Amino acid sequence: MADLSKSEEAVDATPNVTEVATVDAATETEAVAAIEAPVQQGEPILQVRNLVKHFPLTQGILFKRQVGAVKAVDGISFDLYQGETLGIVGESGCGKSTVAKLLMTLEKATAGEVFYKGQDITKLSGRALKAVRRNIQMVFQDPYTSLNPRMTVGDIIGEPFDIHPEVAPKGDRRRKVQDLLDVVGLNPEYINRYPHQFSGGQRQRIGIARGLALNPEIIICDEPVSALDVSVQAQVINLMEKLQDEFNLSYIFIAHDLSIVRHISDRVGVMYLGKMAEIGTDTQIYDHPTHPYTQALLSAVPVPDPAAREGRERIILTGDVPSPANPPSGCRFRTRCWKAEDKCAEEVPLLAIPQVFVGKDTQAAHESACHFAEEKDVVHAA
Amino acid sequence: MLLEVRDLQVEFRTRDGVAKAVNGVTYEVDAGETLAVLGESGSGKSVTAQAIMGILDMPPGKITGGEILFQGKDLLKLKEDERRKVRGAEMAMIFQDALSSLNPVLSVGDQLAEMFIVHRGMSKKDAKLKAIELMDRVRIPAAKERVGQYPHQFSGGMRQRIMIAMALALEPALIIADEPTTALDVTVQAQVMDLLAELQRELNMGLILITHDLGVVADVADKIAVMYAGRIVERAPVHDIYKAPAHPYTKGLLESIPRLDQKGQELYAIKGLPPNLMAIPPGCAFNPRCPRAQDVCRTDVPPLAQVTEERQSACHFWKETLRDA
Repeated sequence: MADLSKSEEAVDATPNVTEVATVDAATETEAVAAIEAPVQQGEPILQVRNLVKHFPLTQGILFKRQVGAVKAVDGISFDLYQGETLGIVGESGCGKSTVAKLLMTLEKATAGEVFYKGQDITKLSGRALKAVRRNIQMVFQDPYTSLNPRMTVGDIIGEPFDIHPEVAPKGDRRRKVQDLLDVVGLNPEYINRYPHQFSGGQRQRIGIARGLALNPEIIICDEPVSALDVSVQAQVINLMEKLQDEFNLSYIFIAHDLSIVRHISDRVGVMYLGKMAEIGTDTQIYDHPTHPYTQALLSAVPVPDPAAREGRERIILTGDVPSPANPPSGCRFRTRCWKAEDKCAEEVPLLAIPQVFVGKDTQAAHESACHFAEEKDVVHAA
Repeated sequence: MLLEVRDLQVEFRTRDGVAKAVNGVTYEVDAGETLAVLGESGSGKSVTAQAIMGILDMPPGKITGGEILFQGKDLLKLKEDERRKVRGAEMAMIFQDALSSLNPVLSVGDQLAEMFIVHRGMSKKDAKLKAIELMDRVRIPAAKERVGQYPHQFSGGMRQRIMIAMALALEPALIIADEPTTALDVTVQAQVMDLLAELQRELNMGLILITHDLGVVADVADKIAVMYAGRIVERAPVHDIYKAPAHPYTKGLLESIPRLDQKGQELYAIKGLPPNLMAIPPGCAFNPRCPRAQDVCRTDVPPLAQVTEERQSACHFWKETLRDA
């Protein structure tokens, strides 16, 4: 198997990052040390706390004033442990892709913290931020637009080394890229080909190889297989699982296909309109959901078994998702919920183990943001 | 029989060569029946539908053989103006992407009314009333107020409802829905599929549902045609195929999808890639990816063998496949 550990043999003299003497150089060095160190045993590798992202809505051309905000992500918290996969599901517009961008520090958070090994990445800059970015990589949805058509595969996969030359010294890069191609199941001789010479599934493998190039600890996958054909999807999912075992990667797997998320995830979070509705292990969420939205979502998934047509209860929601610029008061799901009462309009339900299940030895005892949480199995035919 | 496609062949002449998109497809749909055409991209499922509708781009496309019998007459022998009378009034199509299928600079009401003005010779005023009635029928709330709005003012699910309304406007005998819910969220997908199934029952229409989603198929179809590289590899009533596939490709597809109700082991993956349509392998097109392939598969194109009265499989080893299932 290819060796992906950091190559120590410096063929060319690696351009050493000269220490820029700044006031907080010491704290920065400390932060970098914390980021490079292995994660503490039992500690989550990533802790997200009350993460908020509001996109301002402005009016006027010359004198822009803010007239509102699209509350794309509105207070989200979760943990990610090393080697596990956290699935995030939700419908379009629920903010799941914005979460991905915030974790990648591609967007600046409006409020909240993201701790990577104890360092709040929303406040980092300079060398420390660069070190974080090396360790959190991303695989994108569309393998057709996320690869530059004018670059060869070797250049695409090797480009991260330009920014982080310490991972692969110049003379070693070609070999590294070929190793990466081999790891993702592509012929290493394809290094000089262009993206258009590959099929969709092969392109997604190239995207994964690029994500792996810097030996990251976390990979954020935003709908990585939704553009692929069914028979190719399984190949890519199997590859991702193999790589996770091999390199002890942590995945945040964002998707709208609930069956695929169950297959790959250890834990699953369900998002609705910028908030986390329910989070738990895959068994807790799929077999013992307590939030009405999760139940509706699961019951709407068509199951590939014609015999289940009559046996399953379908909860068909009415209406559309409200606009995140003007979300409903209280519980955001209440406008489409069949259980909604006055309390739901007045009080925002907190994401916690519902009172009725506290202390009970049941799979239903997991975090769910509903005033009237109730267990209901909608996946298994009656 | 409402629609019978017989040995249809379509090819595309491109600069790089001839792509054989459809290589002898045969299927039929009766009134009130739902046929699901299942296949991956490039399997020819959409091209077949376009040939039936008469909206194939020709050139580069060319129908090189076969016939399409609709209510007993061969559509391929009709003149273009006769064909136009069938299209829209007798058969209609619903596309995947509602936003790019609707005209962005015309209100949805105008687009719906156009159907009645062109095909039925109605006055503008009557046509508009008809448009509102249709929007009500596909359950768009406040249809009267929204009839003057433009496509971008509707959500994805609502736009797909407008597409359905437009297809149903003249109460056609046949609807072809090409991936009608692929772009929609699951909760909206359930709404739209329910609506489509209900209207189909009400009007006793034939429905051809083109999709790659095995879940949707299991939910609504009466029978299935599985396509691969421009050929039908298996045709069967929906219950039979999910219980015991008679073709290794169908079997592979069914095994490669993860399950919602339990956590499975490693997914079964069909090895390799779908073939290039300009160089379809000799013999059975699936042979390079098939776990069962023998020498005969590399030389002889398997005929559609009769498995039961209503079921066919294009595999030399369908008996063995069925026995192992």
